[in-house]
Amino acid sequence: MSTDLAPLPNRLPLIRGHYAAATFHAFAKAFGMIVLATVIGCVLFFLLLPTLIVIPMSLSETDYIQFPPSGLSLKWYRAYFSDPDWMAATWFSLKIALATTATATIMGTMAALAIVRGRLPFSSALQALALGPMIVPHIVLGVALYLVFSPLQLTGNFFGFLIAHTVLATPYVMITVTAALQRFDPALELAALNCGANRLQAFVLVVLPNIAPGVAAGAVFAFLASFDEATVAFFISDIGGKSIGRKMFEDIDFNLTPVIAAVSTVLVVVSLMLMGAIHLANAQKRG
Amino acid sequence: MIGQYLSLVGLEKHFGSVRAVTSLSLEIGAGEFVSLVGPSGSGKTTALNMIAGFEGPSAGKIVIGGRDVTHVAPNRRGIGMVFQKYALFPHLTVRQNIAFPLRMQRQSNKTRMTTRVEEMLELVQLSSFGERYPQQLSGGQQQRVALARALAFEPPVLLMDEPLGALDKKLREAMQFEIKSLQERLGATVVYVTHDQDEALTMSDRVAVMAGGELKQFGTPTELYRHPNSAFVADFIGRMNFIEGNCIENAGGTAVVRLSDDTVLSIRAQGLPATPKAGQTIKLAIRPERVRVARRGEGGSGCLAAVVQACVFVGSVHILVVRLESRPDVLLQIQLPAEGGLPFQERDAVDLLLDDGAIHLFANTERHAA
Amino acid sequence: MSGPCEVPQPAFPRQRRSTAASARFYSRGVSVCLAAPLVVALAIGFVYPVTRLVGLSFEGGSLEQHRRLVAEPLYLGVLASTVKVAFIVTIASLLLGFPVAYLMARLRHGIAMVVAACVFIPLWTSVLVRSYAWVVLLQRNGIVNTLLADAGITDGPLKLIYTQGAVIVAMTHVLMPFMILPIYSTLQTLPPDYNRAARNLGAGAFRAFISVTLPLSLPGVFAGSVLCFVLALGFYITPALVGGPGSMLMATLIGQQTTVLLDWPFAAALSTVLLTVTLIFVFLFRKTLSLSKGLHSVH
Repeated sequence: MSTDLAPLPNRLPLIRGHYAAATFHAFAKAFGMIVLATVIGCVLFFLLLPTLIVIPMSLSETDYIQFPPSGLSLKWYRAYFSDPDWMAATWFSLKIALATTATATIMGTMAALAIVRGRLPFSSALQALALGPMIVPHIVLGVALYLVFSPLQLTGNFFGFLIAHTVLATPYVMITVTAALQRFDPALELAALNCGANRLQAFVLVVLPNIAPGVAAGAVFAFLASFDEATVAFFISDIGGKSIGRKMFEDIDFNLTPVIAAVSTVLVVVSLMLMGAIHLANAQKRG
Repeated sequence: MIGQYLSLVGLEKHFGSVRAVTSLSLEIGAGEFVSLVGPSGSGKTTALNMIAGFEGPSAGKIVIGGRDVTHVAPNRRGIGMVFQKYALFPHLTVRQNIAFPLRMQRQSNKTRMTTRVEEMLELVQLSSFGERYPQQLSGGQQQRVALARALAFEPPVLLMDEPLGALDKKLREAMQFEIKSLQERLGATVVYVTHDQDEALTMSDRVAVMAGGELKQFGTPTELYRHPNSAFVADFIGRMNFIEGNCIENAGGTAVVRLSDDTVLSIRAQGLPATPKAGQTIKLAIRPERVRVARRGEGGSGCLAAVVQACVFVGSVHILVVRLESRPDVLLQIQLPAEGGLPFQERDAVDLLLDDGAIHLFANTERHAA
Repeated sequence: MSGPCEVPQPAFPRQRRSTAASARFYSRGVSVCLAAPLVVALAIGFVYPVTRLVGLSFEGGSLEQHRRLVAEPLYLGVLASTVKVAFIVTIASLLLGFPVAYLMARLRHGIAMVVAACVFIPLWTSVLVRSYAWVVLLQRNGIVNTLLADAGITDGPLKLIYTQGAVIVAMTHVLMPFMILPIYSTLQTLPPDYNRAARNLGAGAFRAFISVTLPLSLPGVFAGSVLCFVLALGFYITPALVGGPGSMLMATLIGQQTTVLLDWPFAAALSTVLLTVTLIFVFLFRKTLSLSKGLHSVH
């Protein structure tokens, strides 16, 4: 925007030029906005497409993958739920995921308490170590766990999976619970002590109810981290015990059928429902 | 049992090399309202936290009603406390908040507990708010809930940590009155921490002034106001004018003080302390309301010549700011009654008469409070 | 101690711990007991196995496996292309993700929620599902090829899947949310006043963006880039399903050594190298890396 002080007659052409510039400017701005909106729209489409495409595919009538599907049917869901291999893998993974959720949530919450509220020697070292499984390539961890578990007959084994997935899922719990504890006003715990509560009562009756959203979010992340985990599961599964991730990996690699689309849809729906529940719980807490 | 005596004996707290509290000894009588005041970092909150049991003392003893609680866990002391931002449990209703300490004491009789909660609600006039959550209440109401929770189990001692800090001025004054009358009615022993000396003077039976972790003076509001034992307390409690000078003589109730080459004051008063000795630099202190002002030439002998720099009307009083002619570096504040017009205006030449009985002399070794 | 106008202290001033007991912190004994189960689990399920793996690569105190790795140009080539792919994926995620993060932080709440959902839904969809979707999209008679042929753009099916391009596209898709979320959480904390002030001082929209918003968003950009890069280095599932023999990465090479060739000592050596590269990178950028940023914004 020019604000020059030239006498008026001299300014007129400038003003006209200014209008032209302003029109061009507005046009360029609108054009820029359209381009930006298009780019962002494409990126969002790119992000969402692969998740959503599995749903119509799972409803296909044909044996081969076709898009758009020529007719609608639930036969692939029927195939999924009646296949003993798929069902075994699903139940195995579900059991592991539930047990992992319990251990990771309890251990992660305890460790977060020790780090935020305690006097812990080597506290930052423990923090770095506990977050390590998020950073170390999962293939390295998978190979390493196979080497250790194989001679102990812990491959394809519930406890083997539980150990591996607990290590992988705990960082999520620690991150959410640490954040919740840092938002928590420590004066509330002192007030509880002052009212005559001991440490345990203060934790159960005052601290826990106030950090519950963080703990719940951590638990959901832990569940998904286990249930959707595939790389480590790929190595520590065997014929006797196969997780749903390993089963899917095999089938995508060797035997691409729309059953996988049905399984994928089930996984997507479970994930979205859990995340939605967490979101609603948080929104309710705030509102 | 509500309203026990509390004694602190040589209490110390060190954080590494920092001495937060050094040898603090206080005897607080049953049913007494005592304030701890001082600037930031004076150790008053640390002292309170030690009484509550949140911080273990590095040395010293805490005794409540004859029971040594120095090493007793905070949840076994049975002391009531009102926290700075109330620390009400956000997930519990007002009623549940007040019942919390009773639940922790395992009061077996449920009906007695319910009655007690209702009594407390009534006491703080919140009977119809029992089912609300703390965040649905105003600041003043939250304050009252905190008070009710702290008093629910009739604590021997009630601690209050800047409880009115979050409220606006009008509400603060109303709550001061409310807390004070409640305390008198119940006969509670209260230790009240505040940085606001006005609040301390209004509410307390006795005030402990702290600075740098040390107890500077402990006395009734009038004692502190009339007989501060140090320049720090004189400055911290109420308004005070200071003039630096030299002590020429101080013996037998007469002190001679040189303020400048041609200004020497001779002060004759009872109870002058013997500390500023001849030859020491001193601070002469006097309250704004104890300085009398007259037109130039009408002051008589022994008065100080000054020029009016500013006149301010603050409602209850007029404040004059004057500059001494012999000491242009010294500005004094003078309070004059508000009724009638002010007979002075800016740049008027005036004489100041210092009331001998109102003058304090301090050896000039310490810093001011502010 | 506590005037109203004091600078708020951190909730837990660590330097002010006293020697005498303080109720503000759990005692050392309680703290150690609280941390102990996790320490044991990490020792069994993380530290010991990884140490064993690294040990195996130096089996018998020999450097033979590592020598093999260095001597064969093929393996060094895989390492180089792993770093290259990770780098491309990071840059692509940044370029595509930044506008989305910016939009999420600046839009009205309702629309921002829709955009956020578009980011979170893929994030919490199993990597397997997403990789599977890319297989279906990109395969020989898959959706992309069908659409291209129907539109008359191509005559026959293009070779899309099992190429490095497919790996890059699919990995970018999988990792982009890890780029968007840290940038978003940084942008979100910037008061819009900064931008308004810049505009008020005469900067155009573009200038204001370049000279104010962009520099202030750099911590998020770095955090997202480091996270993306580190995750890309060790990615297995997606390149294993979408890539082919010509687009081998470190992770897929390790997978091949263990599942097809069963050469465990060499796989251990490869793992050690991958681990070392990752850890060096994490160590160099530890200041900028914030694992929590992405997750925090979930709330």
